[in-house]
Amino acid sequence: MLVRLDGADTALLHALDAPHAGAVRTGMRVRVRWADRREGAITDIACFEPYDGPVTHEAVPHDGSFPDPVTSLAAPARLEYTYTAGRAQTRYLDGLARREVLGERCPSCRKVYVPPRGACPTCGVATTEPAAPGPRGTVTTFCVVNIKAKGLDIDVPYVYAHIALDGADLALHARIGGIPYDQVRMGMRVEPVWTGDGRHPDHYRPTGEPDADYDTYRRLL
Amino acid sequence: MTPPRDVAVVAYARTDHQGPAEGLSEAETLLPVLHEVLDRAGLAPGEADFTCSGSSDYLAGRPFSFTLTLDAVGAWPPIAESHVEMDGAWALYEAWVKILTGRADTALVYAHGKPSAGDPRDVLTRTLDPYYLAPLWPEPASLAALQARALADAGHTAGPDPAADPLAGPPAVADGAAAVVLAAGDAARRMCGRPAWIRGADHRVEPHALGLRDLTDSPSTRLAAERAGAFRAPVDTAELHVPFAAQDVVLRRALRLDDTVTVNPSGAAAGPLMVAGLIRLGEAAARIHRGASDRALAHATSGPCLQHNLVAVLEGDA
Ligand SMILES: [Zn+2]
Repeated sequence: MLVRLDGADTALLHALDAPHAGAVRTGMRVRVRWADRREGAITDIACFEPYDGPVTHEAVPHDGSFPDPVTSLAAPARLEYTYTAGRAQTRYLDGLARREVLGERCPSCRKVYVPPRGACPTCGVATTEPAAPGPRGTVTTFCVVNIKAKGLDIDVPYVYAHIALDGADLALHARIGGIPYDQVRMGMRVEPVWTGDGRHPDHYRPTGEPDADYDTYRRLL
Repeated sequence: MTPPRDVAVVAYARTDHQGPAEGLSEAETLLPVLHEVLDRAGLAPGEADFTCSGSSDYLAGRPFSFTLTLDAVGAWPPIAESHVEMDGAWALYEAWVKILTGRADTALVYAHGKPSAGDPRDVLTRTLDPYYLAPLWPEPASLAALQARALADAGHTAGPDPAADPLAGPPAVADGAAAVVLAAGDAARRMCGRPAWIRGADHRVEPHALGLRDLTDSPSTRLAAERAGAFRAPVDTAELHVPFAAQDVVLRRALRLDDTVTVNPSGAAAGPLMVAGLIRLGEAAARIHRGASDRALAHATSGPCLQHNLVAVLEGDA
């Protein structure tokens, strides 16, 4: 309901405690029911309730200063969502559950995107054709991480790399393991390592193959 | 004011979901609509001079959710692109202004909404005043019911709006997407047999607090219509965005629509959140494209109880 407090010129939105809609009419008198606990928020008014009494209050001038001004208020909010991964991402996630990294091919420019997002950003068309790049790939570029991430159980320094899976036209990124951090290099051949019940590769490790030639991956840098 | 350039809606497409878009991401819902509208205009993905979209992170439940749809428009190499956290009708307004400035001749405008991801009754309370309204979580139907009551009390309607009854259970939630192509002058004539020229467009907003407003009237709609030139000549068609049925009478009075005007010939006046307003503009334009209207008014609204209103006037060549 909207309620115009005695002495006010505009209305306030709040709840009215009434047994049913028939017990409410425009113009009826109501009064504030205060909340048990008050903290300086609109919810300090628990609700309004019907009131039969006369007008007892006139607005009086106020200089706008208060002995205990409210300087902030907390209004907690929680919203719940159901995420729809969509056609492309669902296929990718289903593949991960089988320990496969799947991509999708653009029907127009033939590029293979992994992970797939459902459309080719160059052609603006759906990438409906499934593709299975890898599982091996080439480190196209990398960095050495020296700052320990909160909640991440990995010793620093470690290497985070862009990896072009064989047959993919987009590099994905992952941690490199199984080799000292200062021996990782561009062109190094790597393969995924799946551990425990992880739903994606824990890291990539060297395959031992000779390094890839720069020209084979430079367009993916 | 007469716009400094002739700009028209030359193509329009939309989804026709009646409910949730099961199993589809927002980008996947949007993609067929984009293809349809670009085909109609004869544009390749990424070819429009400017791209502008409307959608809401709060409905999607993730930040920068609109970026997920950019793949679908062919955004690489980079395009000139913008986004409004509003109904797509306001994206159309931004694109129209962009073309008026002369910085673009063509624009792709699209909107998408997947309110089925969450509960819009809760989500929409987050758009309200954070101090006095949001902590009370008043759902849209409750606020619309206040307006319906005010209209009934004032004698504008026979009784309360049954659709604006929060006790009636969760409302039907539709997901969807829509898109239009705008073009200036000769480009518009090349792309469309009968372009829907935008003769004027404007949007205005009511005071934020519901208690400051006369809920039986919509001065913002009236002012936007005036500024868009709607009252300079009669319209034969009006596409009104009416989230709750009782609001129809408010808009008809503010826009001075009489019985000679065909109102909402396209059907449902509500529609997917963030998309419904752009659909009204698109449907009015489509009616001009096929010769069923010569001068049409399109309206979009946003916020509780018709808070923010956009009016555009579209005309076809004789
Ligand atoms: Zn492509």
